[in-house]
Amino acid sequence: MYEKDGEKYFVVDGHTHFWDASPQNWVPGQEEYAKGWIECFHAYQGLGPPDTHWPIDRFQKYSEELMMHDLFEVGHVDKAIFQPTNLRQWYVDGFNTTEADGAMAERHPGRFLVNTTFDPREGEAGMRAFEERVKRYGCKGVKLYTAEWRGDSRGWSLKDPEAARYLEKCEELGVRNIHVHKGPTIWPLDKDAFDVSDIDYVATNFQGLNFIVEHVGLPRIEDFCFMATQERNVYAGLAVVVGGLMHARPKFFAKVMGELMFWLGEDKLIFGADYAIWEPRWQVEGFVDWTMPADDELSDFAPLTVVQKKKILGLNAARLYDIDVPAELRVEDAPVVEPVGVPGP
Amino acid sequence: MARTAPLPVAPSGDLAAAVRSALDTVRDPELDEPVTDLGFVERLEVEAGRVVVRLRLPTYFCAPNFAFLMVADAYDAVSSVPGVVTTEVVLQDHFAAEAINQGVAARAGFVASFAGEAVDELDGLRADFLRKAVLAGTDRVCRALTAAGRDRAELAGLTLGDAPAGADRERLRARRHELGLPAGDGDPLLVDSWTGAAVPAGELTRHLGLARLTRTGQEANSAVCRGMLRARYPQVAEEEGRS
Repeated sequence: MYEKDGEKYFVVDGHTHFWDASPQNWVPGQEEYAKGWIECFHAYQGLGPPDTHWPIDRFQKYSEELMMHDLFEVGHVDKAIFQPTNLRQWYVDGFNTTEADGAMAERHPGRFLVNTTFDPREGEAGMRAFEERVKRYGCKGVKLYTAEWRGDSRGWSLKDPEAARYLEKCEELGVRNIHVHKGPTIWPLDKDAFDVSDIDYVATNFQGLNFIVEHVGLPRIEDFCFMATQERNVYAGLAVVVGGLMHARPKFFAKVMGELMFWLGEDKLIFGADYAIWEPRWQVEGFVDWTMPADDELSDFAPLTVVQKKKILGLNAARLYDIDVPAELRVEDAPVVEPVGVPGP
Repeated sequence: MARTAPLPVAPSGDLAAAVRSALDTVRDPELDEPVTDLGFVERLEVEAGRVVVRLRLPTYFCAPNFAFLMVADAYDAVSSVPGVVTTEVVLQDHFAAEAINQGVAARAGFVASFAGEAVDELDGLRADFLRKAVLAGTDRVCRALTAAGRDRAELAGLTLGDAPAGADRERLRARRHELGLPAGDGDPLLVDSWTGAAVPAGELTRHLGLARLTRTGQEANSAVCRGMLRARYPQVAEEEGRS
């Protein structure tokens, strides 16, 4: 919970990780990729305030105690949602697995929601293991990383028939929240690697599921927004938007927030700090303090209200995940607000 | 406006100047900005007609299709400069550097360079980016028009020649021309970036919203790329400071 100027904010961090990218966990022969991956993440941290930058060794592998401190003791977070990224091709025990997240969640009851993942290339055995993980950890969401390497394969698509079988299983098991990484990827090599048309396709076919596009499709925010105006069950995951832009590029942050409000509206935006790339503390505090600058270039956009900030920082995620919000932190009778963006054809 | 960072190694002489000008025409296809402005050229060596260009990118995992386009375009631009005898373009610190560098040097094309991993050449990707560049450029000239007192509602009836003369208009004209869209002074200011048809008045709000959004996406991405490059290569900030 964060309190500022007499207003109380219930904070759900919709995007967090407990990873191990230390050299001891690098797969022999894949060291270059394992090292490149975590150094790429570490470079992203450079977009946050200087006093929040970590040395690379701490960044590669941080302790459970540090994470609990950064999220819950000083980070104002009430509930955090683990989003796994396996990357077993490069990391012996995986980079950030459901199992590692789940074990930590069990040691700290009431703090975390554990999302799992699936990979349609894993066939029947994968389906059984997926169902076991969902039941074991009470998952209400999955995080999909379609660019995951697997043997000679450089990724998969939500349009694949095998993916549909998994999404049907999600509906059956009550896994309603499908988080999809849409951001910098390296696959498919010769296609538009940030293409969101597969989200469009499955959002139409699976009306009972919510599709949360992580990183709002950056750098293709235009494709994402345009698609999202046409699908009622598509949401924007703000991981990277706040962490990557609010401090480093405030003007662009204002534009991106303005566009997301314009095209999607206040009920579709989900805050996520993307720990340990960035800590939640400065993001929550900065977002509450943030106002739309007075600028001709931003004249199409309204300022964010306190109620809108409360929705984005926690209440929207609480709605998707059935998180019980203390009475004094709710927004009474908040109407669902339609965005002012222009509907698609 | 981005300032042009001086190249860290600045060989002197007419040939070096011509090679630098050639590199100024090479754009990151997605950001629609010159690689020289972005700081992607780490080093340029020109000696007795032999040119070596060393490129660097914001991350180890930058998409190889974009990287390939930039390396190939740099190769083509430099090797076409009169007086250049040999051209070598070296992408550094990238997971696919070896395949890209060898493929470009052998003029092998993208598919051949990534045997078994790619099925399409990159022309379609380039056209996608050009369409985005047209939309983003449309926002730039339209903002200049409304700032000069034009009413937004009038924009659907204007021509490209009505836009304020200057770099933004000419950049938009060039991108439209490259896509085969009408690009003369008498052609409509607002055209569908796929068909070239004039945007009807009823579609104006949506078209301008999409133009604004596309520009925001392009510029936000440029901001992230510049920030990442500076984080990865601390010397970039110093190089920019010398401009």
